[in-house]
Amino acid sequence: MPSELRRAPRRVVAGFGLAMRSYSHYLEPRSTEELARIFGRAAEEGLHIALRGTGNSYGDAAIAHRELVVDTAGMNRVLSFDREQGVIDIEPGVTIRDLWTQVLPHGFWPAVVPGTMKPTLAGVAAMNVHGKNNYKVGPIGDHVLDFDLLTPAGQTLRCSRTENRELFHAAISGFGMLGAFTRMKLRLKHVESGFLRVETIRTRDLAESFAIFEERCPEPDYLVGWLDGVVGGRSAGRGVLHAASYLPASEDPLGAARSLQIEAQELPSRILGVPKSLLWMGMRPFLNNLGVRCINAAKYQASRLHRNGHRYLQSHVGFAFLLDYVPEWRRAYGLGGLIQYQPFVPRAEAPRVFGELIALARKRGMPPYLLVLKRHRPDDFLLTHAVDGYSLAMDLRVTAANREALWKLGHDMSEIVLAAGGRFYFAKDALLAPHHVRRAWGDERWNAFLALKRTHDPRGVLRTDLARRLLGEELWGS
Amino acid sequence: MKRTYKHALVIGASSGIGEELAVQLARDGAHVAIVARRAEELERVARRIREAGGTVFAHAHDVRSYESVDPLFDRIVDELGGLDCAVYAAGVMPRVVEGEYDFAKDRAMLEVNLVGCVAWMNRAALHCEAQRAGTLIGVSSIAGERGRRGAPVYCTSKAGMTAYLEALRNRCSRYGVNVVTAKPGFIDTPMTQGMSGLFWLISAAEAARRILKLANGRGRSGFVPWRWSLVAFVLKRIPSFLFRRSNI
Repeated sequence: MPSELRRAPRRVVAGFGLAMRSYSHYLEPRSTEELARIFGRAAEEGLHIALRGTGNSYGDAAIAHRELVVDTAGMNRVLSFDREQGVIDIEPGVTIRDLWTQVLPHGFWPAVVPGTMKPTLAGVAAMNVHGKNNYKVGPIGDHVLDFDLLTPAGQTLRCSRTENRELFHAAISGFGMLGAFTRMKLRLKHVESGFLRVETIRTRDLAESFAIFEERCPEPDYLVGWLDGVVGGRSAGRGVLHAASYLPASEDPLGAARSLQIEAQELPSRILGVPKSLLWMGMRPFLNNLGVRCINAAKYQASRLHRNGHRYLQSHVGFAFLLDYVPEWRRAYGLGGLIQYQPFVPRAEAPRVFGELIALARKRGMPPYLLVLKRHRPDDFLLTHAVDGYSLAMDLRVTAANREALWKLGHDMSEIVLAAGGRFYFAKDALLAPHHVRRAWGDERWNAFLALKRTHDPRGVLRTDLARRLLGEELWGS
Repeated sequence: MKRTYKHALVIGASSGIGEELAVQLARDGAHVAIVARRAEELERVARRIREAGGTVFAHAHDVRSYESVDPLFDRIVDELGGLDCAVYAAGVMPRVVEGEYDFAKDRAMLEVNLVGCVAWMNRAALHCEAQRAGTLIGVSSIAGERGRRGAPVYCTSKAGMTAYLEALRNRCSRYGVNVVTAKPGFIDTPMTQGMSGLFWLISAAEAARRILKLANGRGRSGFVPWRWSLVAFVLKRIPSFLFRRSNI
């Protein structure tokens, strides 16, 4: 058939933040063979493909307007699990949720997890996702042993640190541009208990937030800071930090046999008596500058109910997946949705740069409603976002009225970040321009990436809206 | 508040209410794409719009060629440079006489009035939901309120259209899309020419004006003109055992 894929059903497909939206043909292959056939047909029909898992990239990394979205989340079998070594071989449509529920009862936990358990491992690897422990264990790529990559040219290549090394380090962090992961082997982290020991530390301003990170890292297994992005003046950048460490079996009050079970890990189904599924509606009236100011102040003051340095036990799931407490929370941002902007800045410059970014966003009347501060270390993946420094994730509300001003703000913030030698993160991006990426990664890395793209995807089949935005001019002249 | 549109699409614009809607949308400043089966009639409407100083793109297309909806829609959106209003006004009503059970006629009504509406409005809804804005107007009919002996499948097609548009409204309003169901009574158009027993007849231009006014609200469904809601109120309450004995 001459236009088989062009007749595939279409649907509205959005980024996680619902601010980047599209409609496209949508296919859900169940096997590598089917996927390979789609790659071949798409090239013949001149249709471009965005690979998509569960759609948790905030911006336009997994959408392709009026083109073809290929959802590989259905390719999600666990192929083998070595319970002695803690090594698991999977099809990469497996999600973080599938993974932890499978391995935790056997005393393992994914070494790196993002703030939600919904993403697939294919997406997590393509974005080289980091967790709240990046400074200690690196990104997910550091825990991938090998994988098979199906390229648009039709080859399946086994990649590891010894085989196809260059591709191994480029496909991880390559935001789905070089091929589709069809099999992946991961090394898991051994844990003795289902609990972490968590300590909360309240900070009065941005300087103190950084001081705590500098003082504590790399001792705890996890460290993350929630900061108030709306408050200004002397309190700007105040927040609550959480440090957490794995609990030895001997200190587990439930006993490891029980705390490692899935039942001990579930998130609460109701919060303050309200069913979780309805909570986002209650958040909606507060997601404006005034409302967030009140909520943040209340949250900060509530942390005073405990003395500073308060310690408690929390399940892995409860600590790791904060974004999953309120399902569909993104809808509380209203019709325009939200974008997340997450710059990564070298250690020495980070306090100044992040202070400037928060102040600039506030000055323009678009303060970030959520700020998350994390510590990072460099890694050896080609387009990695990580630097020896810090990242600040900023949730920014998008409305029909502020969209233009917000994009301008993003552009201005990127200039500040780049001047300080910073980088960005494709899973979160919505705002970058082509000249930003060259400056962020440098010509050598970027050219190496483009060369791999030309080799493994000569016809430019894999072309998301993000790729069109950032690579379009250089590769395809549009 | 009066809504204004920048880029409008009217399906079934070669005569009647569709023609007048296209003309009025263009007069209010919208760039308009018009679609209909009869090329000469369509060209006449295009000329009328151009002569009034409007911008128009005409595409001859049979709404029953469902396969071509997708590419044509894309082309229209590119041509207009966007889309914030789509109207489905295509409809046929061949006469059905006592004792006639003509599947060909019945099928044509279902295909043009209902299936074509689903094909085009689905496509427009996809576009509008993704952009979180837009107005979709379906010209249904008061005929959809009851199954009448005189127009069995026409009533069926319009009842289907009314239900479909309601479902579309329930589906899309949360994404900022305004879905409007216009249910005209008797309108002076080629469709009603030669029919007996007409009353409260208004011109197609007047009907179009009232439909655009209806669309100024949010997610409205209404009779055109409003006084037909009184007729519908009574019509819907006539018990079946009486209705089947009547000549309505």
